[in-house]
Formats: sequence, structure tokens, C-alpha cells
Amino acid sequence: MNAPQADHLKAVSDAALGEDEQAAQNYFDQLISEDSRVEPRDWMPEGYRKTLTRQVSQHAHSEIIGMQPEANWITRAPSLKRKAILMAKVQDEAGHGLYLYSAAETLGTPRDVLNQQLLDGKAKYSSIFNYPARTWADIGAIGWLVDGAAICNQVPLCRASYGPYGRAMVRICKEESFHQRQGWEILYELSHGTPEQKQMAQDAVNRFYGPALQMFGPPDEDSPNSKQSMAWNIKRFSNDELRQRFVDMMVPQAEALGLTLPDPDLKWNEERGHYDYGKLDWNEFKSVISGHGPCNVQRMQRRRAAHSEGAWVREAAAEYARKMEAHNAELIGA
Amino acid sequence: MSFASNDSATKQSAGIAITAEEIAEQGITASEDVARYALYLGDDALMLGQRLSHWISRAPELEEDIALGNIALDLVGHARFFLTYAGTAWGKTEDDLAYFRDEEEFRSCRLVEQENGDFGQTIARQLIFSYYQHELYSKLVESQDETLAAIAAKALKEVQYHQDHAAQWLLRLGIGTEESHRRIQEGLYYMWPYIDDLFHDDDVTAALPGIAVQPSSLRENFDRRIAEIISEATLELPQVDQAWGGDRSGEFSEARGHILAEMQVLARQFPGATW
Amino acid sequence: MSDTTQNTREWPLWEVFVRSSRGLSHVHAGSLHAPDATMALRNARDLYTRRNEGTSVWVVPSDAILSSDPDHKGGFFESAQGKSFRHATYYTKSEGVKHL
Repeated sequence: MNAPQADHLKAVSDAALGEDEQAAQNYFDQLISEDSRVEPRDWMPEGYRKTLTRQVSQHAHSEIIGMQPEANWITRAPSLKRKAILMAKVQDEAGHGLYLYSAAETLGTPRDVLNQQLLDGKAKYSSIFNYPARTWADIGAIGWLVDGAAICNQVPLCRASYGPYGRAMVRICKEESFHQRQGWEILYELSHGTPEQKQMAQDAVNRFYGPALQMFGPPDEDSPNSKQSMAWNIKRFSNDELRQRFVDMMVPQAEALGLTLPDPDLKWNEERGHYDYGKLDWNEFKSVISGHGPCNVQRMQRRRAAHSEGAWVREAAAEYARKMEAHNAELIGA
Repeated sequence: MSFASNDSATKQSAGIAITAEEIAEQGITASEDVARYALYLGDDALMLGQRLSHWISRAPELEEDIALGNIALDLVGHARFFLTYAGTAWGKTEDDLAYFRDEEEFRSCRLVEQENGDFGQTIARQLIFSYYQHELYSKLVESQDETLAAIAAKALKEVQYHQDHAAQWLLRLGIGTEESHRRIQEGLYYMWPYIDDLFHDDDVTAALPGIAVQPSSLRENFDRRIAEIISEATLELPQVDQAWGGDRSGEFSEARGHILAEMQVLARQFPGATW
Repeated sequence: MSDTTQNTREWPLWEVFVRSSRGLSHVHAGSLHAPDATMALRNARDLYTRRNEGTSVWVVPSDAILSSDPDHKGGFFESAQGKSFRHATYYTKSEGVKHL
């Protein structure tokens, strides 16, 4: 039996065979300049394919690793309603990971290969998920700040030039709109609860705010790949533009919570019409993303354990399918 | 924020079904007897939902994270219905009952408290419990208590899926590889001694003729149907004696204390807090 | 079996089509992995209809789908271009005449 995806994906690499590479490139350029969409079987420059494969799969890995800090609190959620909401949310994240892997696969790399890159530590995922979710308030902060930043990033990606990516993002954004609200609501309940609860909420915001701002990636001057991504209509706004947009949205939302954002330099700039904000600790960012965050080791260990402990189950199901196929073939032959 | 799209495959809706909030708001008060019975049903669902939810982010494949998550979510939903309804008898909320009862006050059966173990052990527990629950809710929909009947009607449809999920996996693990056959068989042996607990009539069920389902009445169908699927999966029906000491009047497994310690820890740090 | 270890373990890819309500066609929603058709349908329910998006789901092995014009060079659909007389708007003489 062939690798099942092979036929589905083969056409991708065959697409330009026998054609003049330049004509193909011209057609691709035309699609991009018309702000049209590139679809899986279109010819595309290798750089475009590679960039997208990396971005979409990293995005998928982030969803999957991102399940862990929140899953830690499912069994301890303080009310049954919150437990149900959190389960639905973490389950959504698995779903979002799958939508994204599904989009990434259309670029020619099968999911098991992408997954192996994650397990081998060769693929990155969003560094925010390497921070611990210590308290229940962290679940609120993750929903409000982390999902908030993710949504801010993702809304423009709904118009990404690569069709399957954009379509996955539409689905994800629709589903995520509840994630941020439930996080905000958790913090609202805490900040209007006992003094201890309010302190718990403030502490969580203090810890997650900076890392959430870093989710938009390095400052524009240190992000050389961004330009190309924008030229290809994958990215629509620069890292700093999105970060600014996010800060501007968060300030009034924090006020409505009665919580403060941990940035002494945060203040309204009348001239710019935006909030000024303080410098972020990019050394911390670099360290965490290259494997030295508080929980990198545990996150990877858990993912690897799930994969290896599940191997016998996946094998059994595949073997069952083969036996049934053989059995049916025999019946037809008889 | 709106994501206008012509893509009809992403059109969403909340759907129409009973909710725990509606049960709390409808102003019906359960009798003491009905409430005690509702605790049986709610505690079983809660314990199993709690157990299953541990699989989320640890399942053998991502698709299965979602499937197990769905089942756990359904079960926590059932627990909320039954506990909310039970609470009306005593002026308590679902959370009062879930978070502020002690071990000996819970009424779950020992089966649902058993460890997840490997995927085979979990599927064995799912198989037994979903087959039992399917028989149970199929009859509870005819209860003279309208609230119990309405909850059962909603839960039955979901349990049909749980049952199918367990059966599909039983077949795959039973017939798949030698290793999977061995593991699921061991899982069945592990869970089998706690089956009788599910089918004991007691003073609570006896006090509610026409309202509660008498557990013993479910046994025959259960035995027949579970034997069929186990045989279809080329597995052996465990021949083991039942474990001593399992009724719902206060006998429980060692595991219950651990489950509750984890589940209740935060709520009990902040008694009276809202979340 | 001559399969590599990897192939024996990995589940094949399926394309999922969802009918959002009666009266509408099934629309492609995405893909997923499943060991066989039965599980593919169940996974599709869990993955693509968690919010009542569907009243019916199809799953199709991805490698069973044939695509027109894989190079997307346009030749396959060229014939339909420029035949405006296939469209009602081509006929303008009848403007103002009712029910035509």
C-alpha cells in the first residue's frame, strides 16, 4: 500500500513539469498582485511553499502544545460550568491544530512528518505556551491576553494569499471569539470577588502581559522575513503594527476589569493617536523560544509521551482497517 | 467582530436542548427521594467525566483528544443536569453538591472511579458504562418525573454516540494487533469485577416506582448486548467473581478520595467565592 | 506486508464535506486522518460539527479525488469563456417586455 496521501499530494510537485518556469512564476505573481488566492495545485515558488509550510505547521504545533497549560486546570476548574467551558475550549484547540495541519498538508508535507519535526524539537511553537499556568487566574489571562493576541494576529490571516490557510483561519477565528471572552469573564469574576481572588487575577495579568505582547514576534527591524511574507500577501500587517493595535485594545479592556497592565511606560500619545508602551525583554523571548522557558521540557515530554504511548492504538486501528479490507476483498473474490 | 462568509460549512448555531440553567430556573423542586436518585445518576456522570477529561492533550491521536473530550463534555453536562435538579430539594446548587460534599456523601459506583490506565482500560470502562447508561436512559425517558425524563432524552442521544465510540474501539483493539488484543482483554478483566454495582436495586430506587429505573431490570439486555460486541471483537467475556462491597450507600473505591481532592481543591480554598 | 513501519502506523487522509442544513449541498470543510471510513465519519462529526455546522457529513479518501486541470493553466475552462450568448443578459432586445 502506498503512503495514503501520496497521490493527493503528488500533483503539487508535478504541477510545473514541462512548463516554462518563468510563465509559472508570472502567473503566480499575477495572482498575488491581483490579491487573488493561491490554491494547492498551483505552481508556487519554493520559498513561498517553505515559508507557508513552516508558518502553518508552527501555528498548528502552537495550538497543540497550547492545550497543555489549560488542560492542567480542567480537572481542578472551580465550578462545573467553568469545567465544561474549559473542556470545550481545549478541545477547540485540538480542532484548530487539525484544521491547520490539514492546510499545511496541502502544501505537500504529510502530518506525520510535521509532527515528527515537533517531537524532534526541530519545529518551533509559540513561546507563550512554555510559561506555567499556576493559578486559575492564569486560565483567565491565557484566554484574555494570549487568545486575544492570537486573534489579533489571525484576523488578517483570514485573507492570507494561500487559500487553505485563509479558510482554516476563518473557521478558527469564528470559534475563537468565545475563547477570549470566557478568559475576560474569568478575570472579571475574580477581580470582583474576594481580595485574594483579585490579587490572583492581577498576578496572572502581570505574568502574561509581556509574553503576550511578544507573541507578535520581534520588532520590525529584527524581523527580516516579515517583508517577504507581506509581499506574498501572507502577512498583512507588520509585527509592530499588530502589537500596537493589541495594546490599544487591551488598555480599555483592562480598565473595565479593574486591573492594571504591568508597564510603567504605558501612556496615551495624543500625537500618534496610540498608546506608547515600554520596551519588551527580547532576551527572555529568545531564550524561551530556543528551549529555555520554564516549561519547555515538560511540554515536549508530554507530547512525546502521548505519541509514543498511543502508538499501539494507532497501529491497532490501521491493522484492523487492513484486515477488514482484506476480508471484504475475499468476500468479493469468492 | 464578524466573519461574514458564504462558506456554509462554517455556519454555527447553539442548537436547542435542555440546559442546567433552565432546570435551576424552572422552579420545580425535586422531592427528597427523587433528589437522592438524581445524585446516583449525577455522581456517576461527574466522576466519569472527570476521569475522561484527563485524556485531553494525552490521547493516542489528536482526533481522539477531540472524541474523548466530547464524551467527557457530554458527561459533565449530564452531571450538571442531575446535580442541579437534585439540589432543588435542598436549596443547593450543582457546585455545592460537586465541590462541597465529602467522599462518603458521593453516590457514584466504583466502576466510574477506576483509573484510566492505558487506552484499552479506558475503553473497557467506557464500553461497560456506556452500554449500561444506554439501557438506563432508554427506560428513564419514560419516567413519570418529567425533569428526569427530559434529561434522559437529551442524554440518551449523546450516550448512543458514546456507546458507538466504545464499540468501534473495542473492535479495533480486539481485532487489530496481538498487543492491542492483549491490552483490551486486560482492560476488560480489570473493570469487570465492578459491573454488579451498576445493577443493584436499593431503597432509593425502590421508593420511586415509575420514576426511577430499577437497575436490576437492565441486566438482561446489558448482558446480552455486551456479550455480542465482545464476541464480535474476538475477545473473551471475562469470567471473574465480582468485587465485594459495592453499593451506593457509602461503599466506594480508594480512588474517589484522589479524584475529589483534585476536583475540589480550588473551590474549597475559596468557600463562598464566585467564579 | 511490505509497508514501511511508518506506513503501517499512520492513518490515511480523508476529505470532509458538510451539509449545513437541508436543501443545501455538501461543502468541503477540510480534511482529517482516520484509520478507516467508519472512524473518519465519526472524527468528522467531532472535528467539523461541534457547533451544529452540519446535518450530514461525507468523507472521501483524499486519494480518490481527481482534480481537473491540475496545473490550473486555465485551458480546461477556456471553452466556457467568451460564450456570453449562454447567459440571459446577452439578449437585450426584449428589455421592457414583461415575464421574459
